[in-house]
Amino acid sequence: MQFSKEDVRKVAKLANLDLTEAEVERMAHDMAEVLTHMEQLSTLDTSAVQPMAQVLFEAPATASLREDAVRDRTLLGTEEALHNSALSGAGHFKVPRVIER
Amino acid sequence: MENLGNMSIAQVKDGLRTKQFSALELAREAVRFAEAENSKTNGYLTFSPELAEEAAILVDAKIARGEDPGLLGGVPIAVKDVLSTKGVRTTCASRLLEKYVPAYDATAVERLKNAGALIIGKANCDEFAMGSSNENSAFGAVRNPVALDRVPGGSSGGSAAVVAQGTAVASLGSDTGGSIRQPASFCGVVGVTPTYGRVSRYGLVAFASSLDHVGPFARNVSDAAVVLEAIAGRDELDATSAFAPVDDYQTEMRKPVAGMKIGIPKEYFEGLEAETGDKIHAGLDVLRKLGCEIKEVSLPHTPYAISCYYIICTAEASSNLARYDGVRYTARAEAATLTDMYAKTRGEFFGMECKRRIMLGTYVLSHGYYDAFYLKAQKVRTLIAGDFSNALKDVDALVAPVSPFPAFKIGEKMADPMQMYLSDIYTITGDLAGIPCMSVPCGKTAEGLPVGMQIFSGHFRESTMFRLAYAFEQAGGVA
Repeated sequence: MQFSKEDVRKVAKLANLDLTEAEVERMAHDMAEVLTHMEQLSTLDTSAVQPMAQVLFEAPATASLREDAVRDRTLLGTEEALHNSALSGAGHFKVPRVIER
Repeated sequence: MENLGNMSIAQVKDGLRTKQFSALELAREAVRFAEAENSKTNGYLTFSPELAEEAAILVDAKIARGEDPGLLGGVPIAVKDVLSTKGVRTTCASRLLEKYVPAYDATAVERLKNAGALIIGKANCDEFAMGSSNENSAFGAVRNPVALDRVPGGSSGGSAAVVAQGTAVASLGSDTGGSIRQPASFCGVVGVTPTYGRVSRYGLVAFASSLDHVGPFARNVSDAAVVLEAIAGRDELDATSAFAPVDDYQTEMRKPVAGMKIGIPKEYFEGLEAETGDKIHAGLDVLRKLGCEIKEVSLPHTPYAISCYYIICTAEASSNLARYDGVRYTARAEAATLTDMYAKTRGEFFGMECKRRIMLGTYVLSHGYYDAFYLKAQKVRTLIAGDFSNALKDVDALVAPVSPFPAFKIGEKMADPMQMYLSDIYTITGDLAGIPCMSVPCGKTAEGLPVGMQIFSGHFRESTMFRLAYAFEQAGGVA
């Protein structure tokens, strides 16, 4: 399978991922190699097979539902929630300007 | 504490009970020893003496009051740096999270604390647990304590190395495609990947959510089983965590193995190094002598496992890693617009393997390729899981090698990602099926490199697996 530098740039844009020119080149080679290997799956007939998204275990259908109540263990105050932000102010995450006035 | 580097959980408990040392003395000495020895392997990224001493003070107080200090009371333990530790930086071995300090504990960490464990530090790993050699850490590779020019395996390389080196009594790791068992085999320790859902993933930084498992490393089977017992069980904060009761592994593992039926999957004995194969066959002889009945079985979809796994795990990873956008998680590269800031932050702070997996995952999920790659892989996953349930109808457990070869040299496989991915062939299948599996030491090659024997059993049948592993270990294993 071919994977061009143009293909790499297209996928990188979808992934919001800046790549250097050297990385684009390397990625084109690596993606082609790995995807070529992955293409082997097309030789398997799976027309009668259901996809498996998750490992399932025995339990009633609603077993994993819970009361819609606030739990202390998952409660974070504003300060704690913002503690790891790259930039914050006035109780909010700060980001570059999104709307031009 | 002269044998600190070789202590078992039982010895820690004995020492505390007979007042040879206090938990506080042990905490201080364990941290001091781990820090002093760390330059040899780079197994630890962060030490947490405050956490260890706080826990030790509680343990000492309980002992003084004549109370039970807990299942892991006073036991020095390392935690892989992808598990959130409240107040202790959790980097995922990534520059992106170099300064990230979680506001909460992972459930597995909280349960270690509740059991009285002394968490002495955070173990190095591959960046976001992506890798098979621990060379993808942004903070330097980990060296294998058994042979310092070799890799410890990955991605939980640090967790395996510190237990092998003696700078922790036990540790926690995570396993998405072999990241506990393969490093355990390379370093010559016990590593356990429990059933999917057996241990809560709450607070485990997500790599591939449908495949991620938390599990223990230890220097013997009993210790690994104790740590698993402490962290296992339903957690309402992880909807995929299972309700099945947790067995009393200490009792279950001591039951006899005579008459147990063991399957050897023939596909797992093709294409491995001869010396590794010889050791596993010697291990099977030990099990035969213990009265196990051994027969060949087939897991026919094994040749498709690498493709299936690397489609599913990269797809899930590309989605899980989307949260690192330069807003919430410490690292940001400055740019004039929001979208440029996202792309620049991710480009600047993610390492090459993370980028590769984000790219592959984005591609296999993208319009026009979803059915051919992602959906197809999910169907093949059904077939691979079906192989195991078919085989396990006739036998109690499966035994196979963990890796086709022992620990390789640092740098040897870094140039070719496909070669690195192929080295996971015998371990990724267990994660895809979600069944419990483990690595138990099975002798050393002529060069002195450890070989690991893998045991698989059915969903929630960890006890069966521990029984075989314990009997094998008690019988002396393989030289």
